[in-house]
Amino acid sequence: MNAGERLTDANFPAHPEKATLEGKNKFLGFWLFLGGETVLFATLFGTYLGLRNMHLDGPSGEELFSLPLVFLATMLLLTSSLTSVYAVLSLKQNKVRSLQGWFIVTLLLGLGFLGLEIYEFIHYVHEGHTFTSSAFGSAFYTLVGFHGGHVLFGILWISTLLARNWNRGITLANAPKYYLFALYWHFVDVVWVFIFTVVYLMGKVG
Amino acid sequence: MATHESHKKRSGLMDWLTTVDHKKIGILYLLAGGFFFLIGGLEAILMRIQLMEPDSKIFTGELYNQLLTMHGTTMIFLAAMPIIFGFMNAILPLQIGARDVAFPFVNAVGFWLFFFGGLLLNLSWFLGGAPEAGWTAYAPLSTVAEDTGVDFYVLGLQIAGAGTLAGGINFLVTVINMRAPGMTFMRMPLFTWASFVTSGLILFAFPALTVGIFLLMFERIFDANFFNADMGGNVLIWEHIFWIFGHPEVYILILPAFGIISEIVSTFSSKRLFGYSAMVFATVLIGFLGFMVWVHHMFTVGLGPVANSIFAVATMAIAIPTGVKIFNWIFTMWGGQIRFTTAMLFAVGFIPTFVMGGVTGVMLSVPAADYQYHDSYFVVAHFHYVIVGGLILGLFAGLYYWYPRMFNRVLNETLGKWNFWLFFIGFHLTFFPQHWLGLMGMPRRVYTYMSGQDLDGANFVSTIGAILMGAGTIVLLINIVISASSKYATTKDPWDGRTLEWAMPVPTPEYNFAQTPLVRGLDALYVEKTAGNGEMTPAEPVGEIHMPNGSILPFILSFGLFIAGFGFIYANWTVVIVGLGVVLVTMFLRSVIDDHGYHIHKEEVEADIKGGRA
Repeated sequence: MNAGERLTDANFPAHPEKATLEGKNKFLGFWLFLGGETVLFATLFGTYLGLRNMHLDGPSGEELFSLPLVFLATMLLLTSSLTSVYAVLSLKQNKVRSLQGWFIVTLLLGLGFLGLEIYEFIHYVHEGHTFTSSAFGSAFYTLVGFHGGHVLFGILWISTLLARNWNRGITLANAPKYYLFALYWHFVDVVWVFIFTVVYLMGKVG
Repeated sequence: MATHESHKKRSGLMDWLTTVDHKKIGILYLLAGGFFFLIGGLEAILMRIQLMEPDSKIFTGELYNQLLTMHGTTMIFLAAMPIIFGFMNAILPLQIGARDVAFPFVNAVGFWLFFFGGLLLNLSWFLGGAPEAGWTAYAPLSTVAEDTGVDFYVLGLQIAGAGTLAGGINFLVTVINMRAPGMTFMRMPLFTWASFVTSGLILFAFPALTVGIFLLMFERIFDANFFNADMGGNVLIWEHIFWIFGHPEVYILILPAFGIISEIVSTFSSKRLFGYSAMVFATVLIGFLGFMVWVHHMFTVGLGPVANSIFAVATMAIAIPTGVKIFNWIFTMWGGQIRFTTAMLFAVGFIPTFVMGGVTGVMLSVPAADYQYHDSYFVVAHFHYVIVGGLILGLFAGLYYWYPRMFNRVLNETLGKWNFWLFFIGFHLTFFPQHWLGLMGMPRRVYTYMSGQDLDGANFVSTIGAILMGAGTIVLLINIVISASSKYATTKDPWDGRTLEWAMPVPTPEYNFAQTPLVRGLDALYVEKTAGNGEMTPAEPVGEIHMPNGSILPFILSFGLFIAGFGFIYANWTVVIVGLGVVLVTMFLRSVIDDHGYHIHKEEVEADIKGGRA
């Protein structure tokens, strides 16, 4: 069977994302990549932990952070992870329209999160907390910004993927791609859970 | 299965720019890495010329610092690692009976990223001066440097590093998913095992470097304050991040050499490797411990006796698995039918030389003693014994050993022996006296010394040795040139090999194995030889072979980052946007253009088998 051919319910494999060697390779390679990403974020977290009290004359995290706003952003991102799970469930049931629907919801929630983050950053800059104002500022924007950059990349990725495969159904070629995006999105979500804890909650308790 | 008729045969330069064949990418890595090796070697000889006489004024001050920085950076990132990647690409898929690596396209991306990153870094010589903050680029030395040298270091290494990470993931997946039937983990040749562990180290070490370099880049280009103490920053963060990457990096370098030596010692002793499973375990253990020892580069920072002691003990522990390896190589040779080919000479030369580097390593791991050795020539002697005496001898050995498989020619053995003895004697002349120079107090990285301090003689000898090493390398180049003559054409198995890379004809068919081989034991080819078959038993009937299409996109993508790198260095945001735009458009094209590769028909494969070409 051609990997680009639309799968039918009759020939649909149990794990379409791993039904070809190419799919298996992508699946494993992406998990390994996420292992490397973990080290990347761990290094950023380490840097942030070392510098988080170095705000000099500028506002501290305790003064800056507004938990309701961050809570809302967290909820948007956590929910988007849930909707991406629904999309993967649809993938496994060969329901392409439902998959598209759930990924679009995921995408919109991701955009909402990104909007809130941009709003938050602009607010902080007005408060005198900038990238160059102190070591705390540099470390904060680098860590949170790297995460935001990952969200932005994810949005571009799923948009391209959805647009390219809009009328193609689920195939052995695109099933791993959808699945990998969902993995990536969960990873970005998990990183945010750590940011929420280490940056915002720990920032609030001083 | 539908066939895809999009396959075009390309030739000449275009073939090399678009190839996704692991064998060709291996050759590209070897050529580019070899080129940078010559540049790095030239920089070393220029430094030794400056240090030949006391109070010499040939390459002083900033220029010496640039030579020193570029020698270290080039040798580690642009020579040693790419040459290792060259062998991994050329040999690893063959050793496990695979038709290609898991991600041929990504493989090409990895090569071109390394190439353009290295090019960017070296162009600094012509564009306002090379970096001068040492290969470790310690802050604040690297953050206060006014000229663009360190910016080239930052952008060049970031681009090259991304390529390395892609390569690491590729090899991990290749080993896990692409092994031929019967090729269990505990039947994999030691070079494959070492490459596998090295790839794991790359995966978990390089992202730390990525972040470190980003921080340095933000500090220099966007005025961040990570390392600026006035603004609350802390220079130690750089040291920690750099060595959290940097120490695993030295094992990334040496483990593949261990693998190469294991293959060669076993082949030329005509014996199974002694203690195979202990060798595998030792390799994995060294890889694991490699992450636990980074503070031994920072003993004099003052992290306190508890931290220093813990890292000292962890460091000493690495001597145990390394010792296991040394003994196993010796026991492999014990009672074997040893053939002293050039490859074997390099391997045998490697063993005592590496032991000497290991012994000074254990000396350095004692924190109290390290306060004396730190930043002296003793350290320079130590790490050149492990990197040149270890890794580079291993790479020379591997080159002589695998040259027939990669280039369909054998290298001349007489010239090879000249190569070995000139390089080997030159090496010890260069670095052995540096132990004493260090113990007598000569600091590293300093461009001169005064006469009358008993430093003259050893420095003079050291420079003579460096010239001999250069002469040895020139002999290798001559050897490579003359090997082009058809007189040096090779058979498929010139060394009576034991592993799968010697199982197919020369030149290696583009699909490697016409039929995937069935592996029936450790030293798969040797098992078949002793069973009287002489060649591998196929695990599948002759059939269509699926192949990936070549693509120019990896080249363009890497070129886009190269352009963006210049934009960042000169803070020209239009150029940055153009460069990154090229990258994004390339990624977009890769996503939207369906490329399912092509098939080689069964009839073509059968014709190749009949004609002795597969």
